[in-house]
Amino acid sequence: MLAFDPHSKKLLLSGNEAISLSMLHCKVQIATGYPGTPSSEILETYSDIGGYAQWAPNEKVAAEVALGAAFGNARSLVTMKHVGLNVASDVLYTSTYSGVEGAMVWVVADDPGQASSQNEQDTRNHAKAAVCPMFEPSNSQEAYDMLRIAFQTSERYKTPVILRMTTRVNHSKSIVRITEEPLEALKPSFVRDIPSRVMVPGYAKPAAKRLRAKIEEMAVWNSQEGPNRVEMASDELGVICSGISYHHVKEAAPDASVLKLGFTYPLPATLIKDFCSKVKRVVVIEENDPYLFENIMAMGITVEAKLDSIYRFGELTVDRVKRILAKDNSPEPVPVRGRPPALCPGCPHRDSFTALKELNCIVAGDIGCYTLAALPPFEAMDMMIDMGASIGMGLGLRHVLPEEEAKRVVSVIGDSTFIHSGITGLVEMAYNRPKTGHVVMVVDNSITAMTGQQEHPGTGRKLDHTPAYKVDYGEIAKAAGIENVFVINPVKEYDKLKTVLQDALEKEELTLIVAKSPCVLAIKSIVAWDKANKQNSGILL
Amino acid sequence: MKVTSVKFAGIGGTGVVKASDVFAELVFDLGLDVKKAEVHGMSQRGGSVASEVRYGDKVQSPMIPDKTADFLVVFAEDQVPVNEISLKEGGILLTPKDIEIDKLPTEKALNVAMLGKLSTYLDFSLENWQKALEKLFDPKFHAGNQVAFNVGRESRL
Ligand SMILES: Cc1ncc(C[n+]2csc(CCOP(=O)(O)OP(=O)(O)O)c2C)c(N)n1
Ligand code: SF4
Repeated sequence: MLAFDPHSKKLLLSGNEAISLSMLHCKVQIATGYPGTPSSEILETYSDIGGYAQWAPNEKVAAEVALGAAFGNARSLVTMKHVGLNVASDVLYTSTYSGVEGAMVWVVADDPGQASSQNEQDTRNHAKAAVCPMFEPSNSQEAYDMLRIAFQTSERYKTPVILRMTTRVNHSKSIVRITEEPLEALKPSFVRDIPSRVMVPGYAKPAAKRLRAKIEEMAVWNSQEGPNRVEMASDELGVICSGISYHHVKEAAPDASVLKLGFTYPLPATLIKDFCSKVKRVVVIEENDPYLFENIMAMGITVEAKLDSIYRFGELTVDRVKRILAKDNSPEPVPVRGRPPALCPGCPHRDSFTALKELNCIVAGDIGCYTLAALPPFEAMDMMIDMGASIGMGLGLRHVLPEEEAKRVVSVIGDSTFIHSGITGLVEMAYNRPKTGHVVMVVDNSITAMTGQQEHPGTGRKLDHTPAYKVDYGEIAKAAGIENVFVINPVKEYDKLKTVLQDALEKEELTLIVAKSPCVLAIKSIVAWDKANKQNSGILL
Repeated sequence: MKVTSVKFAGIGGTGVVKASDVFAELVFDLGLDVKKAEVHGMSQRGGSVASEVRYGDKVQSPMIPDKTADFLVVFAEDQVPVNEISLKEGGILLTPKDIEIDKLPTEKALNVAMLGKLSTYLDFSLENWQKALEKLFDPKFHAGNQVAFNVGRESRL
């Protein structure tokens, strides 16, 4: 069952669905990314409605694939969550220098309020620092429209472009009307242009200058024709906002004049100055960092901002906007806490962490469903920072702790996370081998569970669940120099898992244990996909 | 037409989001402006989930401000305290206590029964409800849903 009819002219869509549909109408030739809430649904929906999409091992590789495609005059798109951009930022910061031949859009989803993220960082800072043009939709219609504008901007100025979304825009549904005809597809071809694309200093320095000139040109265009809107009403109060905040403002202060910004880097300075000159009091309403506020102040315009110590954290709401406008900085009501998520009944991670707990391990952990083992009743994970960090952090502890403690350290990492950024950790482990050796446990549930069951290179299936080469974690470990490799089912062979783990902790060797048993929520789908693939291959043979 | 706000809440995996999808589809089909908000992301079962639907001539924020929801439809009693801040004074709270649970074809159909109960407070026609249910569920659930919807509609507890 398709999520929606892609031929319909009026639809009720989430922001993510609107992006997928717009991708179809923008004739995106290749779409790639790595899952991350709230961006994860975009690529699978695009594939479902007929587009071509693929999962990459991580965001950096995804961005490089999309960049290469855009060098080849294609329209490409890459999706990720905000922290994914940290992984891919190396690509971003220099691809703005090189620019692109076709068009490339980065859909990056921020998570104000941290509904499901390890931090609350604001992508707008990256856009400015990397000198990458950025659009910010407020609802699904704008997500649909602005993706097209982002591609047109990318083509016109030959630059990668960021479409910055936030959880509420990604996941809220609102009405989308399709009024324009689809874009013409680009024709991929290669034109050699070494000075533009080989960023050695001799070529990168002039590229940096060209980039600044381009950005200035875009800022002028943005003031004149950018997707911004001035809604004049009161001359007492004006509000400058972007993204979802716009709708909160319209509801909280229907009489205020509003400057709604859609193209937020480079900012439309002339438009902002003009707006501010027409109202007595101007308040900037924005989630997360004071990005608009600081940049508008830097233009020499005095505007008001929310009080950082209260409103910098969490999402904005209609009530919070009312409070900010009223300068009400009294303590906010504390919401009643809901039931926290927990590992599902029957989840294989339960067994793996029971073993770790029973053996009193110091667990350098990682990100995924299994991070829930840090909470009661397990409380069996001691640290979690970013994807892949378990191995490096575990090694760091092994190097410095007294021997008895060092020998309790285990790095625990999920299968998707291992592919994402665990492999270099294994290389480090064999290269700078701790005196006490080390133990890494890959908790392999054969899917990217946390973000909604996406495929990855270790599942043996592609994004659309058709067959793919299946990475063997044990073979990778052996090639990296890890001596001992075990594959054990933590559910069916619990005792064996515990004995092997205990033994590995005592030996001063390098050990990889793959605790392999499927996610119980995904098992039905996994069986169905594998069955379909077997049948199809039968027909081919 | 003023904005009407309905909040659905419960535990992950019990059809909270599905119920809100059905309801949003119904009002969308009638040509009203509608917005729906929820935060999802955690795949695991068992955590609190809420989904908010607002409709009228023109809806701005997709999120229901505190103490303004016209209806609060809660699928698990213990989620009432977590969500009651949303309900306006005089707003209507519906919980599984309002449903004759033992008459449901399956426990999973509680979400559809709650929609049936909600339908008795609203002016939408039965055909509109049916149409939305059929659009959002696989045909194999249609017959069971019909029963569950009527159980919700007729429960007088
Ligand atoms: C850089 C980065 N990208 C994406 C995410 C989102 N994310 C969190 S956990 C996870 C994958 C978890 O998969 P896996 O390691 O297989 O563990 P599982 O949830 O299946 O137990 C992803 C993609 C993130 N936190 N950081
Ligand atoms: S979704 Fe899968 S991996 Fe995650 S807690 Fe549930 S069973 Fe475990």
